[in-house]
Amino acid sequence: MFSDVIAIQTAEAAGRPWVETLHEWVTTVDHKRLGILYIIYALLFLVIAGLEATIIRIQLIRSHNDFVSPQVFNRMFTMHGTTMIFFVVIPVMFGFANYLVPLMIGARDMAFPRLNAFSFWLTALGGFLLYFSFLGGNGLYGAGSAPDVGWWAYAPLTSRAFSPGHSSDYWTIALLVSGFGSIGTAINLIATIISMRCPGMTLSRMPLFAWLNLIMAGMVILAISPLTAAQVMLSLDRYLGGHFFDTQAGGSATLWMHFFWIFGHPEVYVLVIPAFAFLSEIIPVFSRKPIFGYPVMVGATACIGFVSMSVWAHHMFTIGMNSYANSFFAITTFAVGIPTGIKIFNWLGTMWGGRIQFKTPMLFCIAFLFQFLIAGLTGIMLGAAPFNWQLSGSYFVVAHFHYVIVGGILFALFGAFYYWYPKITGRMFSETLGRLHFWLFVIGFHLTFDLMHIPGVLGMPRRIYTYEPGRGWETLNLLVTIGAFVQGIAILVFVANLIISYFKGTKAGNDPWDAWTLEWSVSSPPPAYNFASIPVVASRRPLWDLKHPEDPDSRYE
Amino acid sequence: MSAITTPFSERSSAWTLPYRGKVGMAGLIFAESAIFTIFVVAYLFYMGKSLSGPTPREVLETPIFYTICLLSSSLTLHFAGKLLERGRRGAFLTFWLLTILLGALFLYGTGQEWHRLIYEHGLTISTNLFGTTYYSLVGLHAFHVTAGLIMLSIVLLFGLAGRLGPEQSARVDVLSLYWHFVDAVWVVVFTVVYVLGR
Repeated sequence: MFSDVIAIQTAEAAGRPWVETLHEWVTTVDHKRLGILYIIYALLFLVIAGLEATIIRIQLIRSHNDFVSPQVFNRMFTMHGTTMIFFVVIPVMFGFANYLVPLMIGARDMAFPRLNAFSFWLTALGGFLLYFSFLGGNGLYGAGSAPDVGWWAYAPLTSRAFSPGHSSDYWTIALLVSGFGSIGTAINLIATIISMRCPGMTLSRMPLFAWLNLIMAGMVILAISPLTAAQVMLSLDRYLGGHFFDTQAGGSATLWMHFFWIFGHPEVYVLVIPAFAFLSEIIPVFSRKPIFGYPVMVGATACIGFVSMSVWAHHMFTIGMNSYANSFFAITTFAVGIPTGIKIFNWLGTMWGGRIQFKTPMLFCIAFLFQFLIAGLTGIMLGAAPFNWQLSGSYFVVAHFHYVIVGGILFALFGAFYYWYPKITGRMFSETLGRLHFWLFVIGFHLTFDLMHIPGVLGMPRRIYTYEPGRGWETLNLLVTIGAFVQGIAILVFVANLIISYFKGTKAGNDPWDAWTLEWSVSSPPPAYNFASIPVVASRRPLWDLKHPEDPDSRYE
Repeated sequence: MSAITTPFSERSSAWTLPYRGKVGMAGLIFAESAIFTIFVVAYLFYMGKSLSGPTPREVLETPIFYTICLLSSSLTLHFAGKLLERGRRGAFLTFWLLTILLGALFLYGTGQEWHRLIYEHGLTISTNLFGTTYYSLVGLHAFHVTAGLIMLSIVLLFGLAGRLGPEQSARVDVLSLYWHFVDAVWVVVFTVVYVLGR
């Protein structure tokens, strides 16, 4: 039935002018189209920010390299960090949440479709403003320059005296605008998950994906809002002569640090909890077992969300807080390891005794488990205040958080891309290219980020544009840069796979993985209205019940 | 596969979930609370740290009358909501208008205070830390009052056009939640700026 509807639409689409299709996409309020827009937008910025990372790595390939000037180098690491966090990972996570949450909870759309579109376009405007700084950063002087204050923009670097022109203002306004977009989407996700579930979908039967995104949305509200407030203060300082972060008038640079990291640390969990959500859907399906310890998973995630709100000052051990504050933030930081460990054991428990299928999405998830564990362990090391005093601001920190974001979040994201690609496009991806992508990326990732820890321990500070020879950093930096290029090639394979499979892939059908959540009950891609009749569910795995009427889950819940 | 495309037949009768408007507004209120918290923390952090005058003790006067106006507007709004629910349109409009007037009066009070501070005491946002934190915190609140007044006025226009009945009562309640929040924030701002700050 659905496939007929889709076929008619495609036949119509083929005959229509492209302007009309474009108009349809720009004015859409459909959660699936907005989800795709978010994802494509994020992929675009992934390429841009990846190129910036490449420029950074080329500059550092040998000592006294002069590939770019120090000024350009500063702009590159600022733009790389800001773009990756705000315009790659947040939008791509929102994209998946947008696309999947209504489908998984049996709803026809988000709670507020127009707010959804508004939020997306705000985020898009934010990214545009950030990159417009390359043209307009110097105002009307014409030359232009991008922000160069680092992604956390510590005071007083952002004050008028040290950052003339408009580059910092573009940074501020880009984050302010996209922050409003993020808050809008978070509110929308919460309202959707609370108020739009299909009959029978109680909170305890919701897919973990929806649960974890609910917690993520709550954290966005509590974490992005302080950043928004801090950006308003910074704008007041820069435009109206306020003194919030102006040390000359009694203002405090430390206060900015606190405000930034009250946002900055929960932000890490805002990014990683959706990655947990992907794993919690993918691992059970490819282990052919229901998730192990469902209620504990929900509880552990809520616990992570709660504790991560009180760890922010572990980014600030070196500013000289008193010993009580140091102890408090060290202990809370260690405490986050407990619920995270519970989750890792639950995923292992899901795989234990299962008939594991090593398809591409599963490969990425398994790599996640190993790499995220290591990332967590270096995180514990950095959470110990005395150890942190030695290594804060070094390449060890850079290696640690890239291990989290690349080795953890990005790997889970690739898994999600491959897992839901058949649903979103209706075509299967190439398993061969997928495996090639996986192995290339694993090799490149470990070459880059395993080795990057060592120059950090040897004393190489982050954000330096070059270094003296003879400190034992040269070979390591050379290998790190080579690893970055291997990752770049792997990303090209990934993009090629996405594009080629879209045109040449075999038809996926509704349910290529024999999965259990509601999105696999509709056609691929799903029709605009999602469900012809709103489903009624009786267990956590509605499709299992449907396929196995003789032994439904609902009997045991 | 055919079993999958037309899957779900049974329909449970009693399945009600919270109204999405209320949940959405609750989300917005949490976000706004976080924003206000940061401004309040900044105010408390910089209390008494200005390097030059004027100080709050010298120039601030407690706006008791206007505070009473704002807080009682919450009460009139509550009554207005109840009246709409019962379908008493005329009484609803009266109380709604009263709410708007009380809110506007409060805003006038803030404006008057700012005028006095700027022209009599020379306190602007760039004078000292007190000026910076005071104008931004009170200004942020006044901005929310203004936004609330605009939304209340839109509802008033709909009401005057005869487009408002008991069936819109749930939506009007969502707006009321926002206004109550703005009032509650004033209690915090008042305590911080006029009680602790002096």
